[in-house]
Amino acid sequence: MNILVCISRVPDTASRVIVGSDGKTIDPQGIKYIVNPYDEIALEEGLRLREKNGGTVTALTVGGESSKEQLRTALAMGVDSAVIVKTDSSFDSFFVANNISEYAKSINPDIILLGKQSVDFDSLQVPSILGELLGLPSVSVVTKLAIEGNTVTAEREIEGGKEVVETSLPCIISAQKGLNDPRYPKLPDIMKAKSKPIEEKDAVNSDERVTVMGIEIPLKKRAGIILGGEDKDIDEVVRLLHEESKVI
Amino acid sequence: MIDFSFTEEQNMLREMVRDFANNELKPIAQKIDEEESIPDYIIDKIRELGLLGASFPIEYGGSGFGEVGYCIMQEEIARACLSTATFIGAHQSIGTNSIYIGSTEEQRQRFLPALTSGEKIAAYALTEPQAGSDAFNLKTRAELDGNEWILNGEKMWITNAPFANVFAVFARTKLGISLFYVPAETPGISIGAPEKKMGIRGSKTASVTFDNARIPQDYLIGREGKAFIYAMKTLDAGRIGLGAAALGPMKELLELSTVYAKTRKQFDQPIANFQAVQFMLADMAAEIYGCESMLYRTANDYDHGVVTSRQAAIVKLRCSEALDKIADLAIQVHGGMGYSRELSIERVYRDSRINRIFEGTNEIQKLVIANDLIKRNGKM
Ligand SMILES: Cc1cc2nc3c(=O)[nH]c(=O)nc-3n(C[C@H](O)[C@H](O)[C@H](O)COP(=O)(O)OP(=O)(O)OC[C@H]3O[C@@H](n4cnc5c(N)ncnc54)[C@H](O)[C@@H]3O)c2cc1C
Repeated sequence: MNILVCISRVPDTASRVIVGSDGKTIDPQGIKYIVNPYDEIALEEGLRLREKNGGTVTALTVGGESSKEQLRTALAMGVDSAVIVKTDSSFDSFFVANNISEYAKSINPDIILLGKQSVDFDSLQVPSILGELLGLPSVSVVTKLAIEGNTVTAEREIEGGKEVVETSLPCIISAQKGLNDPRYPKLPDIMKAKSKPIEEKDAVNSDERVTVMGIEIPLKKRAGIILGGEDKDIDEVVRLLHEESKVI
Repeated sequence: MIDFSFTEEQNMLREMVRDFANNELKPIAQKIDEEESIPDYIIDKIRELGLLGASFPIEYGGSGFGEVGYCIMQEEIARACLSTATFIGAHQSIGTNSIYIGSTEEQRQRFLPALTSGEKIAAYALTEPQAGSDAFNLKTRAELDGNEWILNGEKMWITNAPFANVFAVFARTKLGISLFYVPAETPGISIGAPEKKMGIRGSKTASVTFDNARIPQDYLIGREGKAFIYAMKTLDAGRIGLGAAALGPMKELLELSTVYAKTRKQFDQPIANFQAVQFMLADMAAEIYGCESMLYRTANDYDHGVVTSRQAAIVKLRCSEALDKIADLAIQVHGGMGYSRELSIERVYRDSRINRIFEGTNEIQKLVIANDLIKRNGKM
């Protein structure tokens, strides 16, 4: 089985994010970058598929030089090869999907696995755009996956329930929490990952379809106030709505 | 220029071990303390991840991370659970390491892979009832009978003894103190009941008695009569590793204390507003910075083969004192909650105390430091 897993470099969710001086990017200082947690699930699924069916797993990232760090993690987890499609400029979801699509055409994978979203921009677009570009079925937010021969059965999360869909290989699957528990890279594999080659490709440019105008840190939620049920409490609610939040 | 940054694979090591410690170890650390035992499945996972041979060269089945990598790993493990760090340290940093340091090349090939993979767990058996600080006074004897050594004597305070597969045993022979690779299943070995301890209660420590225990002649490690040097060299690594196991909890306690100080309100404001509390946090940070700096500098010297026993003793002395002090301050910042078993802080306070005793008491560290200074007319 020829398996392609796409991963991205994102700020650790535990990092405190500060808006950069341009107002459009985050200040990278003091930020730890990790493999997007949903992509880790995709990686794990790719490795399990290989363990079951044989074949190879290729990890691919579209990004700057520093994204190689995340490819090393993928190598330490056990992927067979790693590819970076390099770009130094900022990019949108279409750019990423288009570059994945270009690379995928060159290796014709049986399955492409991705996280359902990157936890930095949370656009949830890449898997679907990729499906359109490659003309392949794309199943998103998958929590269970079974492949028998060419038949793919996937359980996906929908609002308030689950949906089971069937499709066939080749296809695109985007991973949701619950699909599996990603493995920890083992020490000897971390050491070996250092000496494995990373293939480099130049990105294909495309017109920017989404432009970031600005980013902001959400306002801190204020602590709630709980009042009693007496008349004076009702008066207090009215006063607060009028004087504090100024909605009436 | 001096480069103080960690390599990419050292960072990956830290990240992996931290994830493991946060997800698997931290949630059960209190239980490990209460039940006085590390669950088998945790030991299995630690083995599978390759943590039991992290420091050793790849050609002997290790991962080649050296002392620096070992310290990073122990820092992260100890942050979550000092009992588990003690188990790993006794196996790797002193148990297996004494065999690594003493062995001939042929013995390394023969003995190490099973230990570095964690297939076999090691224990380091130096201390005896009458030979603690004065380890040179050990009485366990080994006599050659044909092509076998016969061991007699008693070891005490041996960490991992209840489940170890291999003991690195220091015993007296005709030519002085020698080191032996002793399989635990050797007839004539008996293990005492685990000691009931104040802290690191999840790690198991017991006495080991040898009553005419026979082992093959070529299980004498390295050269006969040279093992006191092996023991001391091993303790250099052990003491640096101990520093790492102290540093991890220090960082954890500072983070817990800072967050607590920002959320706990008294006199209508967070206690972090009070300078008395701020000073405690600042003191903790200053201790940590000093310890971290000396720890990795010394571990790096160890990996370059230029470390002195004086350096290792200083790391052991300062880091063990610092964790005791920080645990005390962390309890103070938390007030009554710090004293409660609901939080992990009182556990660290108890776990910390052993660090001033084992791997040589802190008084012995000062002797090591002072002896070296006197020899060199005070030159560092
Ligand atoms: C939990 C635990 C785990 C251990 N694990 C191991 C292990 O795995 N393997 C192993 O071999 N050992 C192990 N030990 C033994 C440990 O290394 C010894 O306890 C330690 O070296 C001190 O020896 P002692 O207990 O006999 O104390 P003593 O030597 O009796 O010391 C008592 C006091 O006298 C002081 N003192 C002694 N001599 C001097 C001196 N010359 N100058 C100034 N002060 C002095 C000491 O500093 C101390 O304060 C362990 C001990 C414990 C408690």
